[in-house]
Amino acid sequence: MSKSYEVYAQDVTPLSVLSPDGTTVVNESEMPDVTDEQLQELMYRMVFTRTWDQRAVSLARQGRLGFYAPVSGQEATMIGTQFALNKEDFICPGYRDMPQIVWHGLPMHQAFLYSRGHQEGGKIPDDVNVLMPQIIIGAQIVQSAGIAMGFKKRNKDNVVITYTGDGGTSQGDFYEGLNFAGAFNLPAIFVVQNNGYAISTPFEKQTAAKSVAHKALAAGIRGVQVDGMDILAVLKAAQEAAEVGRNGGGATLIEAITYRFGPHSMSGDDPKKYRTKDEEGVWEEKDPIARYRKYLETKGLWSEEQENKAIEDAKQAVKDAIKQAESAEKMTVPGLIDSMFEQTPAHLAEQKEVFAAKGDK
Amino acid sequence: MAQMTMIEAIRDAMRLELKRDNDVLVFGEDVGHVGGVFRATEGLQKEFGEDRVFDTPLAESAIGGLAVGLGVQGFRPIAEIQFIGFIFEVMDSICAQATRMRYRSGGKYNSPIVFRTPFGTGVHAPELHSDSLEGLMMQTPGIKVVVPSNPYDAKGLLASAIRDNDPVFFMEHLKLYRSFRDEVPEEDYTIPLGKANIVREGSDMTIIAYGAMVHTAKAAAEELEKTQGIKAEVIDLRTLVPLDIDTIVASIQKTNRAIIVQEAQKSSGAAAEIMAQINEKALLHLESPVLRVTAPDTVVGFGEIEKEWAPDTAKIIAAVNESLNF
Repeated sequence: MSKSYEVYAQDVTPLSVLSPDGTTVVNESEMPDVTDEQLQELMYRMVFTRTWDQRAVSLARQGRLGFYAPVSGQEATMIGTQFALNKEDFICPGYRDMPQIVWHGLPMHQAFLYSRGHQEGGKIPDDVNVLMPQIIIGAQIVQSAGIAMGFKKRNKDNVVITYTGDGGTSQGDFYEGLNFAGAFNLPAIFVVQNNGYAISTPFEKQTAAKSVAHKALAAGIRGVQVDGMDILAVLKAAQEAAEVGRNGGGATLIEAITYRFGPHSMSGDDPKKYRTKDEEGVWEEKDPIARYRKYLETKGLWSEEQENKAIEDAKQAVKDAIKQAESAEKMTVPGLIDSMFEQTPAHLAEQKEVFAAKGDK
Repeated sequence: MAQMTMIEAIRDAMRLELKRDNDVLVFGEDVGHVGGVFRATEGLQKEFGEDRVFDTPLAESAIGGLAVGLGVQGFRPIAEIQFIGFIFEVMDSICAQATRMRYRSGGKYNSPIVFRTPFGTGVHAPELHSDSLEGLMMQTPGIKVVVPSNPYDAKGLLASAIRDNDPVFFMEHLKLYRSFRDEVPEEDYTIPLGKANIVREGSDMTIIAYGAMVHTAKAAAEELEKTQGIKAEVIDLRTLVPLDIDTIVASIQKTNRAIIVQEAQKSSGAAAEIMAQINEKALLHLESPVLRVTAPDTVVGFGEIEKEWAPDTAKIIAAVNESLNF
């Protein structure tokens, strides 16, 4: 094997800011640029999101939500990356990335409507710059290149952030999207949430590459690996990537090493079939919330009272949102037909009449 | 008026739309500096700059993704897929993404994209250059499918396609690119999508065609009149989605017989759908079954056998006689 390959294939060590127990900052120079209030806000959002996730899992079991991909364990990665954005920056989420688009402005009841399979879930409010969660793994990556190119053409200093998992890095669209972003020098941030598994398939079966971050080399863009259970490291990497993008420096691939505590989705996946209890225990030790709580407590920035408020707020928000989702007006087939084209062509107008005549107005 | 080939008319439509609307963008493989492998975009980059007309890396899927993303950002992409066989690489962006954007976002976003691509047999192109894949698009809800047969239509239909706020699949037949010139107005004009054109009037038979087959059908109709005194009406569909079924039905009400000619294989293309709609809307006007003149259900004919593989005037004339003698 040639030497140049050996150089590229060096092991990488993920960037951490906090010690594993959270009590100390081990990498002072990599502290993100944040105020104390923002440090607290990050914790609030993680606790809120954990509670929301637990409630959503339970609502899915009750049949009050439909498709749902659990997020517990990945809060630091999801919230840390979104936190680095401005309101005008754009998010192209994958199907697990509901927290990012809700924190970016999508009302929670619409997230629930999306889960239930209601068109209103995708009707993103005008001032919210996100796409609906992408089901086709990789499509969000190539679309992000287009959205980023749009920002560039309009001379806006905004960035696009998009997410996929470790399995998604095997897709052609993953490589093509990164490569287009490189070739056109686009302000895009590609976040890979490497939680070790694509449903039941471990990362080792996706690729022989030593890391996802290495894959940035093939596109000629920046590649970084971060400890995805350390919200400060994630935020730092995302802030840097955003700054690079805004200043014309092009795209960044961020690999966040993380873990999902729950199943792949609520549609029958059983992680016990492919993960050991030991492994799950090791990762539970790394819980991003517990780790970050320790840090804030040592700084005197977090109390049980604050934690309880985040939990109660989340419970109330979920309660309100599911109520609103459940009371949404029912969809109709004529309504679906009307949303196909700007101007409904004759053949569809005819089909609309048939459904309308059946009383489905 | 100017004498233009179809490729010149297509270029003219893009030039005028680039001029008319700053959000129109043209991109694809080799469409910029060299002006496209068929010169469809020649001179456009020079006139409008690299920001508006540009080359992309060689990756159809990302070209499609780029178009979808730019559409979300309010641009009007004209994305060229160099040859039709390469659309398989970009089927997700076209058929699962662009076509659904308006629907799945409840109208918040749309995809005002034209996917231009050459297709068609008759020029001995290598594999996967000449397939007729309109059927794949026709069965995908959310996209319009346009197949011009002459320079005048090509310019007006492409202008309409670019101005349409929903995705359009615009198929350009390789054999028609430079085979003849036509009078084409120099100013911009549009031809509405979804409107067929009666290119030859007749009372004994309706021949429905699109793309290069319009010319084959017209030649067959002329021969039928000369040799047998049969007056065939030839309809150029121009748009397959939306389909102008009213023009077809009105013609059948007059002729009571219909033949559908397509270059695509029998089980592909537009013919089966047209037959089904005729069955629903004009059955009682028919004296004989609607027949199809198509290519056989093989992979597209190799270069050396293209001519025998595709429909020709003899096959059309045989079908017309079969219908008349039913």
